Amino acid sequence: MSDPVESAFRAESRRVLATLIRLLGDFDLAEEAMQEAFAVAAERWPTEGVPANPRAWLVSTGRFKAMDTLRRRARFDASLAAIAERLGDGVTPPPEVDDDSVEDDRLRLIFTCCHPALPPDGQVALTLREVCGLTTEEIARAFLSPAPTVAQRIVRAKAKIKAARIPYQVPSRADLPERLASVLQVIYLVFNEGYAASSGESLTRGGLSAEAIRLGRLLVELLPEPEAIGLLALMLLHEARRDARTTADGEIVLLEDQDRARWNREMIAEGMALVDRAIGSRGFGPYTLQAAIAAVHAGAATAADTDWIEIVGLYDVLVRAEPSPVVQLNRAAAVAMRDGPGAGLALIEDLLGRGELADYAPAHSARAELCRRLGRSVDAIRSYEGALELTRQEPQRRFLEWRLQEVRRELSPRTQ
Amino acid sequence: MRYLCLIYENEKAWETIPAAESEAIMNEYFQFTDDIRKNGKYIAGEALQPTASSTTVRVRNGKVSTTDGPFAETKEQLGGFYLIEATDLNDAIQVASRIPSARLGSIEIRPVVDFSAEQAKREQGAGATA
Repeated sequence: MSDPVESAFRAESRRVLATLIRLLGDFDLAEEAMQEAFAVAAERWPTEGVPANPRAWLVSTGRFKAMDTLRRRARFDASLAAIAERLGDGVTPPPEVDDDSVEDDRLRLIFTCCHPALPPDGQVALTLREVCGLTTEEIARAFLSPAPTVAQRIVRAKAKIKAARIPYQVPSRADLPERLASVLQVIYLVFNEGYAASSGESLTRGGLSAEAIRLGRLLVELLPEPEAIGLLALMLLHEARRDARTTADGEIVLLEDQDRARWNREMIAEGMALVDRAIGSRGFGPYTLQAAIAAVHAGAATAADTDWIEIVGLYDVLVRAEPSPVVQLNRAAAVAMRDGPGAGLALIEDLLGRGELADYAPAHSARAELCRRLGRSVDAIRSYEGALELTRQEPQRRFLEWRLQEVRRELSPRTQ
Repeated sequence: MRYLCLIYENEKAWETIPAAESEAIMNEYFQFTDDIRKNGKYIAGEALQPTASSTTVRVRNGKVSTTDGPFAETKEQLGGFYLIEATDLNDAIQVASRIPSARLGSIEIRPVVDFSAEQAKREQGAGATA
């Protein structure tokens, strides 16, 4: 019935949209045009047959529809007449609807949606909407935000692109590192939201992580920069552990306790290959290093086989590339595994003593864990309580409360 | 398209910079201004006297009130501006990033509203009745 149209929509709608945005210079106009183009396809293709180059046909049709729309509206708004005029007479076909520019168009779209001049939540919402094709409702549900809030972010982001005149371009070589960092941050934010939902009942929201990985793949396909490859590797290596991260009841399973047979070996293999590729090239950075660490974990047959010396070595490099307190905390946890809990605890207490990570729950739970291993039960209890105060996610809370009970029992075994 | 680049920096920091360094920065400013004049991006630009010389005026309910100083106490103060012509925001960012104070403070880039269409209509209207 409309099957070829549906499959064309699934395969091509994002690329058609990206090209129409370039040709029309306006997100909303392009979206309308795309939808009208598919509507025409639904009417004509069943009888006239599917065109030889569906994408070019859709872009062309969308463009004509847009010009009709603009001419109609231009009677009431002179500024639109200028756009209509710029688009041409509607007879001569647009010059750049070939494969090369379509690839660039999706890249242009990603870089535009992730422009650092847009507020970060606007970047995320706009990217998910325009590049991934998620509806506002889907984005809202995924981030547990009200739909009107998400809709506003998208509207504001589009308005800023227009008002400040953010150009629809792939950045120059000189600007690429900073701009790519912005794109990678958006993708990783989306992945993290899906990997460990920030609040609420369910620990993970798989759909968002899959979307982030899809975005990561597209980016690597269009722009195989080392850090883009590193981020994709990192996401795949994390995602490979999804099934082992929670019990059937949704309870947390720590890395050291996970059933490694439930890890997705294909994803791990792909992730490891990508790590090699990224490390092999110059200009890799924090994402690649984090992926390399994840690869060391993935390569260990059991938790006991984990090469902590290698991991700490990688953290030593990562801390220089990204000296954030969170990275230092993770390094401290690895040091504890390599050199014993005392060594790791000293580093964490140093961090907390400097006032860093006071509001970061994992810092307190890491401290609690190491105190527990050293038999410092009172300190462990205090830290678990501190971590609980800062944790909103239900499965995390249940885990911490369970640990807390265990330590209390150790402290006073007779009085439960 | 026109953008206003507002230069914010810590005034007090200027007092502690050694003479040789502040001279070097001024030379950089002259060179920068020269460059953007030559490439046609410069429309206007000025350094402002320090906030100690600043006055804030408000009119509320027909009453004019004048107070000493800038309207907001902030860590960085408005020290100057450039009004530039740029093709788009990326172009404006490129220009603004070369303003010497971008290294020491921050530059706010704001697109200027284009009233030329309204202006043209007014002039047309005035012409018709004249």
